[in-house]
Amino acid sequence: MTTKFTPDHEYIRVEGSTGIVGITPYAQEQLGDIVFVELPAVGKALKKGDEAAVVESVKAASEIYAPVTGTIVEVNSLLTNEPGLVNSDSEGAGWMFKIAISDASELDTLLDADGYAELTL
Amino acid sequence: MAEVPTEDLKHTPLYERHVTAGGRIVPFGGYALPVQYPTGIMTEHKWTRENAGLFDVSHMGPSFLTLNTPSGDADADHAAIAAIIEPLICGDILNLKPGQIRYTLLLNDQGGTIDDLMVARSTTPGTLFVVVNAGTKEGDFARIAAAAGDKATLKRADDGALLALQGPEAVNVMAALIPQAADLGFMQFGEFDWNGIPVTVSRSGYTGEDGFEILAPAHMSVALWDELLVDPRVKPMGLGARDSLRLEAGLPLYGHDLDETVSPIEADLGFAVSKRRREAADFPGAQRILAERDGKLTRKRVGLLIEGAPAREGAEILDASDTPIGVVTSGGFAPSLGKAIALGFVSPEHTAIGTKLQVSVRGRSQPAEVVPTPFVPHRYFRKSV
Repeated sequence: MTTKFTPDHEYIRVEGSTGIVGITPYAQEQLGDIVFVELPAVGKALKKGDEAAVVESVKAASEIYAPVTGTIVEVNSLLTNEPGLVNSDSEGAGWMFKIAISDASELDTLLDADGYAELTL
Repeated sequence: MAEVPTEDLKHTPLYERHVTAGGRIVPFGGYALPVQYPTGIMTEHKWTRENAGLFDVSHMGPSFLTLNTPSGDADADHAAIAAIIEPLICGDILNLKPGQIRYTLLLNDQGGTIDDLMVARSTTPGTLFVVVNAGTKEGDFARIAAAAGDKATLKRADDGALLALQGPEAVNVMAALIPQAADLGFMQFGEFDWNGIPVTVSRSGYTGEDGFEILAPAHMSVALWDELLVDPRVKPMGLGARDSLRLEAGLPLYGHDLDETVSPIEADLGFAVSKRRREAADFPGAQRILAERDGKLTRKRVGLLIEGAPAREGAEILDASDTPIGVVTSGGFAPSLGKAIALGFVSPEHTAIGTKLQVSVRGRSQPAEVVPTPFVPHRYFRKSV
């Protein structure tokens, strides 16, 4: 199991041909209290970099982009009623969506844990 | 607002305190100010609603307008100073009692709003205490000074600290700090002594809660901030909580809900056009404003309760049959309600309480309903007379 990161502070945890996507602890800290999460429709096909979801804090809305090309296979519907899970457990219960990865080679263009850590120093 | 390079931003006397406390510093009205502290906007907001929040609002524009050659007759001197500022605004300043504050609007000749401000009659005859917004203060001060000519002098007081202490516990905190100031009624102010230092305290604010605004000289501002925070009922608040609190209180924000095209009637601030001024029709833009008051309106500010994602400034407002009828001017999440709320302008036929509308957020329509403002009831302290 590998986890990769985008410069936009998202993670994708790869399990077989599926990626679980959410935002990093650093990102949730920066955004502050999340009050609303808009999730993509299951079955939606997205290209790498397409807008996939939106998280709203008290002050502002922030887009979440597809870290890789693929199709949405599942969303975390718990976030509809408990958006705060993104704050309290961004890498666990606060995951946002699962994407069937079309082209695994795209993962190589993302940051590894060390590369991402450098970005947030 | 355009991004200003951080090095060009002004600091308030409390800047180091904000940084040390872990405040996240952002540009606002030309100043570097904390948008939130580490606990976050939601926690800060709720603390102010339940306890007392302390806000650094030193970026605002407090000032004193004083008659150059007072006659010594208190009422005549007040009438003379009122006559200088009244032609710029729509409020009755002449009939203020000593120590009384009035919310009013600085208007252009078309009846549009140049700023919203507080004008108060000092207990010192021939002096007004005037507080304007940060983003507009240079223009406002120039306008007031020009009106004063050689009859009066406008002395800026925005080099010190202006602190807002807001929330149900604010009065108890004030009673321990400056006992006499805790006796002020809502929209009254006075000069008080704090540790040998003169401070100006108003019972007013921008949260819908009871509270005070304290103007102190720069050299004492850190000491005052620190002493207030020693009280366990008081926590520091950032601009984020200030905005969510004022939005719940249904209070307009200049530059967003008010601008030079918006009249007091459109903004649902008809109460700020004082009766005496209305009857005399002697304020800028009177013709338009009085016609609008008689029903000739093209838009009016309303409060909206929104289902789903917050509708932010600029979001389109639609009627039930998808026709665009207005725009959101302030919107966000209301921590006290757990729901999205907004202020916006719509055409007059859609302003009735209970009207079902929609807002467009990221291309999708969401249900919205016209509701009364304030969204959260005001809890001002009104003295029984």
